[in-house]
Amino acid sequence: MILSKIFKNTLLVIMACLVLSACATKKEATIDSIGGQIQGDVYTGTEGVKYLADGVPDRVFFATNESILTTASRETLRAQAAWLRKNSDINVILEGHADERGTREYNLALGERRANSAKDYLMTYGISSDRISVLSYGKERPIDSGSTPLAWSKNRRSVTVKAN
Amino acid sequence: MLIKKIIILLVLLILPTKVFALIEVDITRGNLNPLPLAVSPLSIDDKSKKSFEKILKKENIGSEISIIVENNLRISGLFNPLNKDAFLQAPDIANLKPRFEDWNLIKAQALITGKVTYVDEKLRVEFRLWDVLAAKEMMALAFTTVPSNWRRVGHIISDKVYERLTGEKGYFDTRIIYVAEEGPKTKRIKKLAIMDQDGENNKFLTLGNELVLTPRFNPASQMVTYLSYFKNLPRVYLLDIETGTQEVVGDFPGMTFAPRFSPDGKKIIMSFAKDGKSDIYTMDLENRLVERITNHPSIDTSPSYSPNGKYITFNSDRSGYQQIYIMKNDGSNVKRISFGKGLYGTPVWSPRGDLIAFTKLHKGKFYIGVMRTDGTGERLLTENYYQEAPSWSPNGRVLIFYRETKTDNKGEGFSAKLWSIDLTGYNERLVETPTDASDPSWSSLLSN
Repeated sequence: MILSKIFKNTLLVIMACLVLSACATKKEATIDSIGGQIQGDVYTGTEGVKYLADGVPDRVFFATNESILTTASRETLRAQAAWLRKNSDINVILEGHADERGTREYNLALGERRANSAKDYLMTYGISSDRISVLSYGKERPIDSGSTPLAWSKNRRSVTVKAN
Repeated sequence: MLIKKIIILLVLLILPTKVFALIEVDITRGNLNPLPLAVSPLSIDDKSKKSFEKILKKENIGSEISIIVENNLRISGLFNPLNKDAFLQAPDIANLKPRFEDWNLIKAQALITGKVTYVDEKLRVEFRLWDVLAAKEMMALAFTTVPSNWRRVGHIISDKVYERLTGEKGYFDTRIIYVAEEGPKTKRIKKLAIMDQDGENNKFLTLGNELVLTPRFNPASQMVTYLSYFKNLPRVYLLDIETGTQEVVGDFPGMTFAPRFSPDGKKIIMSFAKDGKSDIYTMDLENRLVERITNHPSIDTSPSYSPNGKYITFNSDRSGYQQIYIMKNDGSNVKRISFGKGLYGTPVWSPRGDLIAFTKLHKGKFYIGVMRTDGTGERLLTENYYQEAPSWSPNGRVLIFYRETKTDNKGEGFSAKLWSIDLTGYNERLVETPTDASDPSWSSLLSN
């Protein structure tokens, strides 16, 4: 009980610190203003997102320079895997993309790595690698032409596209 | 097809005379006081003038050639060609014997004179370089070529003058291959394009039906290697710019990218991406043998050979972030050389061997810089919102790269342009292109 009380107090102090620091710097304020759509550098909004079927979003998003799947991305990919299992005649292309803030050749490799990380996850949910091909566009096909952190977050993506 | 080989029939009319204390231009430092020189229009007789007017549709080919020379020398940043209005001596007489005191009066330290004639359906040029202060001839050359090569004549004269005055080879009789860009950023149309180093004779080599990226010249021939998304399969291709024939390089089950030639032009080095990792491979163009050079779970890309072919520089994120490495040409002795703050990419070995040019990203800004091949002596030449992919002039004195602008809050106003900068960090210039442009690659000297 005492422990949990200490814990609670500490939490309050931490929260107070967070509120104060959020007011103190301008940078925090900008992150806050787009906070609804980015979490931990990963896009969480729905702009540009299409649906392969009801409740099956076509894309997952990544943090800068990363190809790690977030919890939300895994959920999306599980829905895609379920849909692919149901539609066993459909093959897909995973198109990997990067934002504009990196050198062209490295971004081609990064797009490939992102698409592969989605592919690996689909495979662990029973989708055969024969049904999945990977295509990297690097930074060549952004969906948002803006030069802002929000635009870049929308562009760091792997999109599942029907191949047939 | 594009360029007919220039025929140098007659070289060295008169050898350079004995050296006294002749003028010299130091190109190792930023040149804040370009050498004032006079480019007297090449003289031309009436009959030749009329013949060239008919063939080339140029009223006075002598003046046209001297304008090319003037522009080249001005753009190098090392020379200050003086205004022709101030010239007192007629071009034909100046070419025979300059009145040095007249040229001295307008503060010219060097003088270029010459003559063009129409001989047997060919264009014959002779030119001389004079040291005004020492009242001496420094160089005299003559050559003959087909009239349609008249622009190259101007570039060759510029190269000879540059070489005589700086002690290093010039870079004017060269071409740039690049990617011409059009359309909105989200649906950019990209074509291969080629132009003379001064932006003239621009030609598109592909139609824009598929995405093309990163063309690079073979240093030893008129071949180009590049990445094409033909049939939506990103692969490295080889293109012969004389015949227009293309072929895919190697048989890889996935994306190949980041191609570049070895210095002898006999191999292509590139990356192959598979299962989320990218490694470096070479393909021998003679026997088509493919060799794997790196084998690491990271991204290894943007490889570039040292001029002697013994080493390779590349970027890798094996440390967690993109950094520059060097290794032996068989992939052994991998050593990281970039240790400054930020990310480092696109290393390119200087044709002189002593430096590696790179792109650096630090705190949201992009830099073009150079470092020694052991990573010491890092120098950042230019800072901008976005720029990358430096390519060396064949003499290793100038870098060409591309720069992109930030878009406004509506996502508009994007542009991509080619820029050049001296190794010294001075003389930064926009290289004009008919459309937006990126991924430039500088050719070797066309005439050697």
